[in-house]
Amino acid sequence: MSTISRDEVARVAGLARIDLTSDELDRLAGELDVIVQSVARISEVATADVPATSHPLPMFNVFRADVPEPSLPVADVLAGAPASEEGRFMVPQILEED
Amino acid sequence: MSAESTDLTRLSAATLADKLTAGEVSSDEVTRAHLDRIAAVDPAVHAFLHICGRRALATARDVDARRAAGEELHPLAGVPIAVKDIIVTKGVPTTAGSRILEGWVPPYDATLVSKIKAARLPILGKTNMDEFAMGSSTEHSAFGPTHNPWDLDRIPGGSGGGSAAAVASYQAPLAIGTDTGGSIRQPGAVTGTVGVKPTYGSVSRYGLIALASSLDQAGPVTRTVLDSALLHELIGGHDPHDSTSIPEPLPPLVAAARQGALGDLTGVRVGVVTELNGDGYSDGVRARFSESLTLLQQAGAEIVEVSCPHFTYALGAYYLILPAEASSNLAKFDGMRFGLRVTPDGGDGLAATAERVMSATRGAGFGPEVKRRIILGTYALSAGYYDAYYGSAQKVRTLIQRDFAAAFEKADVLVSPTAPTTAFKLGEKLDDPLAMYLNDVATIPANLAGVPGMSVPNGLSDDGLPVGFQILAPAKADDRLYRVGAALEALLETRWGGPLLERAPELATAANSPVEATR
Amino acid sequence: MSISTHGPIDLIDYDEAVARFDPVFGIEVHVELGTKTKMFDSAPQVFGAEPNTAVSPTSLGLPGALPVVNGTAVEYAIRIGLALNCTIAETCRFARKNYFYPDVPKNFQTSQFDEPIAFDGYLDVELEDGTIFRVEIERAHMEEDAGKNTHVGGATGRIQGAEYSLVDYNRAGIPLVEIVTRPIEGGGARTPEIARAYVRSLRDIFRALEVSEARMERGNVRADVNLSLRATPESPLGTRSETKNVNSFRSVERAIRFEVSRQAALLAAGGVVVQETRHWHEDTGTTTAGRIKSDADDYRYFPEPDLLPIAPSREWVEEIRAGLPEMPVARRNRLQGDWAFADAEMRDVVNAGALDLIEATVAAGASPASARKWWMGELARVVKTTDGELEDLPITPVQVADLQGLVDSGALNDKLAKQVLEGVLAGEGSPQEVVTARGLGVVSDDGALLAAIDEALAAQPDVAEKIRGGKIAAVGSVVGGVMKATRGQADAGRVRALILEKLGVEG
Repeated sequence: MSTISRDEVARVAGLARIDLTSDELDRLAGELDVIVQSVARISEVATADVPATSHPLPMFNVFRADVPEPSLPVADVLAGAPASEEGRFMVPQILEED
Repeated sequence: MSAESTDLTRLSAATLADKLTAGEVSSDEVTRAHLDRIAAVDPAVHAFLHICGRRALATARDVDARRAAGEELHPLAGVPIAVKDIIVTKGVPTTAGSRILEGWVPPYDATLVSKIKAARLPILGKTNMDEFAMGSSTEHSAFGPTHNPWDLDRIPGGSGGGSAAAVASYQAPLAIGTDTGGSIRQPGAVTGTVGVKPTYGSVSRYGLIALASSLDQAGPVTRTVLDSALLHELIGGHDPHDSTSIPEPLPPLVAAARQGALGDLTGVRVGVVTELNGDGYSDGVRARFSESLTLLQQAGAEIVEVSCPHFTYALGAYYLILPAEASSNLAKFDGMRFGLRVTPDGGDGLAATAERVMSATRGAGFGPEVKRRIILGTYALSAGYYDAYYGSAQKVRTLIQRDFAAAFEKADVLVSPTAPTTAFKLGEKLDDPLAMYLNDVATIPANLAGVPGMSVPNGLSDDGLPVGFQILAPAKADDRLYRVGAALEALLETRWGGPLLERAPELATAANSPVEATR
Repeated sequence: MSISTHGPIDLIDYDEAVARFDPVFGIEVHVELGTKTKMFDSAPQVFGAEPNTAVSPTSLGLPGALPVVNGTAVEYAIRIGLALNCTIAETCRFARKNYFYPDVPKNFQTSQFDEPIAFDGYLDVELEDGTIFRVEIERAHMEEDAGKNTHVGGATGRIQGAEYSLVDYNRAGIPLVEIVTRPIEGGGARTPEIARAYVRSLRDIFRALEVSEARMERGNVRADVNLSLRATPESPLGTRSETKNVNSFRSVERAIRFEVSRQAALLAAGGVVVQETRHWHEDTGTTTAGRIKSDADDYRYFPEPDLLPIAPSREWVEEIRAGLPEMPVARRNRLQGDWAFADAEMRDVVNAGALDLIEATVAAGASPASARKWWMGELARVVKTTDGELEDLPITPVQVADLQGLVDSGALNDKLAKQVLEGVLAGEGSPQEVVTARGLGVVSDDGALLAAIDEALAAQPDVAEKIRGGKIAAVGSVVGGVMKATRGQADAGRVRALILEKLGVEG
């Protein structure tokens, strides 16, 4: 397993949208390295013939009927918003389109 | 504080329920007594982040009025309860122990809160926790740590240290916790209380702020096994709002607890997990564990040794699955729709770009442990690493399930010490995340496999601090926990001449604060 | 990650471009399913509601809220998969596609990733000249829509220069099915036409399946168009561009034509095509560069832990298959027989998007020929001037049938009927209301006509004589005078009969 560089932590922090200080970057690079090294030993037993489990209990086809329920009141919807205008959430300018 | 008030806070929920039903006490008296107790001791313990005095008393008076009118009520109606601050409560601030949610007031109730309200239990307040339930000490709360009532210089366990400490210090007879890797059971062990992680899907997760969706489970935190059964039956059952909720009804839990309390375990096979009882467990923990086994044996249980070889990989799998799921679950905390918004350059947040505001908000709003795990989880899911980390961890999960399946062929329940040591000192392991993570080594396998687990206090270690005994059962067989747990509790209390908590030191009480105080 | 400036773009003439290069395209079509509730929660799906009034904790992504799959949406997805000749998965799952964007409330989109519900299908698309072209479908998968951003301040509504954005989450969580083609080769110069016909066929299928209203102008159906060029059909695939949100049939065709010309110019000049998303500009008919594929495309997909796998039973799938309605091609053939339209007429009707409209007009009482006459004649001319679609005209099939009914009953002549049509299109009301308001009815009051006839005969006494003398053809001149006097509102046949009667001549 490769070690985690400071640059790698910075890249991942960008993906995770978290501003990190220079000190945090230094510290996390070291800590993550130790953690990843210690958890990586799971690959010893995670061989190709073992199926993955993503749910603790095997269940399928849990569906909901297509029956509408009333919306949350718009006042409740916007009550927690840092900013709102005309019934909508006000957010800073978006520079990148997806 | 009156003598009577003190007495009321010492009673179990089951006893309070009986007295309320019999009309010996009113819910108003009971609730007031607990609010008084909170005012007296919580300045030192700091179990609560928010106290709902007025609302709790309103519920209490309503219960009393209904009871006076002859209305048939839920058996626990009027018995106060505390709720971990990771559960959303309509109209009551919910922070999950994080700055990023400071001031947020949810517009809806979690399903289990709806059930508590429908049964009319006064909610005393919201309890402290490690930020977003990431931690084993409650030191990672953004609002300051909770202190262990047995020794205020020590941690109360985590992440649900607030709920455990509130119950241990008689501030509430009942509390709700959540357990992703041991956050109910480990605090139970180090505070001398009972904690149950139900079968995954047994209690609705709707309204539980998700840490790791495939591991999280809410459950009871109480002083007695019977109280846990009563609360578990109240909050459990199918919920159409949670896709992972089990459609079948719960097995009878209260009945199992009552049966267990008779102390007869004839025919019950108790499996001791070899991998959860060796290096790393302190001498005191191991001594109490083997004494408890002897008691179970004397009660008729058959003790068998079982091996779960892949449990040694559980910690590694857990610390990949949890951060990965958490990194995605916590993405919504971005300062756009609710909670904290931080602008890189100050001002109203509209001068900068959304991307920069998100990053600044998350940088300032999350504490170090949350950042650590989000970064780790993002890394484990990112291109090129998925198979090696997240994918492998999901495979280990399969292996652990197989270990459980094989072990439950040989035993009806599995047992181990709940935590490897007693409560450590505040700050002792704060700078060593790996050492902190090792606290959960015995509790994590149950979360990975979705099976239920309970921690029952089983004595004091050499340092005079409580330790816990973990019982694990197959999925959907939570009743077995209650039978064995109640039996062990009864046998131990007979031996001790009373509950373990009676040996905890009395807390100094603060000058009386107003009942309705909130913070 | 950057947004390029909108500089001038070199182009090569389209015909030259397709002579020199072989285009290969692919289309991702998103269709919003017309369920009553959202994909993962019971918030209502309402078009045009006030902002943030059709939301729940789940569709707002509030802490603690959880998703539960809409069973009807799954059924609709299976319908689409079957209609596109796909295999329906024995088991499939949802995953989380993680990316931060303010209109995505959870900052991940719940979508199917490596396990779609339907895969390996095809659609035979009929081109305008009747040629059938097979488009291979790679997959159809379920996902959820995002909210809507409105950019405020700065340049008009553009993202660049906006001071802030307002977000409405009514659309967030609406069920989508995304249909992804395999690379479509062999279209040559007809590539843009094939693309257009494919999207139109899909739209018709969505409507026939009743899984969506599939209204392009409401964004019910949205297309992303991939295009690459290569030297020859034997060459390896070139680098592709992905033009996002091309939301009308015509735009699909235009966007591909533009990209062919743009990429050909780049390649011909020895340059390279950059793999990037591009934005389509309806007004200028051009695309401009968007995001270059980058680190931000590391979506960290993983199985959605809050949802369970979906394993549609074979019985259920067969039940859905058995209940599928008539597919558009079969329906078209049936209607052509019923209406007795010639092949060319039928093709024109289909290409003009008039099939449903004519069917509804016939259902409302008009003859097939008259319904076709209106929609393919006067109304088609109106549409040509507005660059819109027939279905978007402010007139309903029932109104067209009513208009024809007025003609058939003699209340209107053709000339007047066209004026009434103008009135209806101008929003003056139903045909009858326009007739009344504009006073356009044919004058059927014989008294008024006789007065006009007397006047006309008095003005041309010599003509009256000629008629009496047996020169009946001369009556046309008197009829003309009467029509002029009544400003065309008389029934010319009736006028002629009255003149002859008055003059005592046998018609």
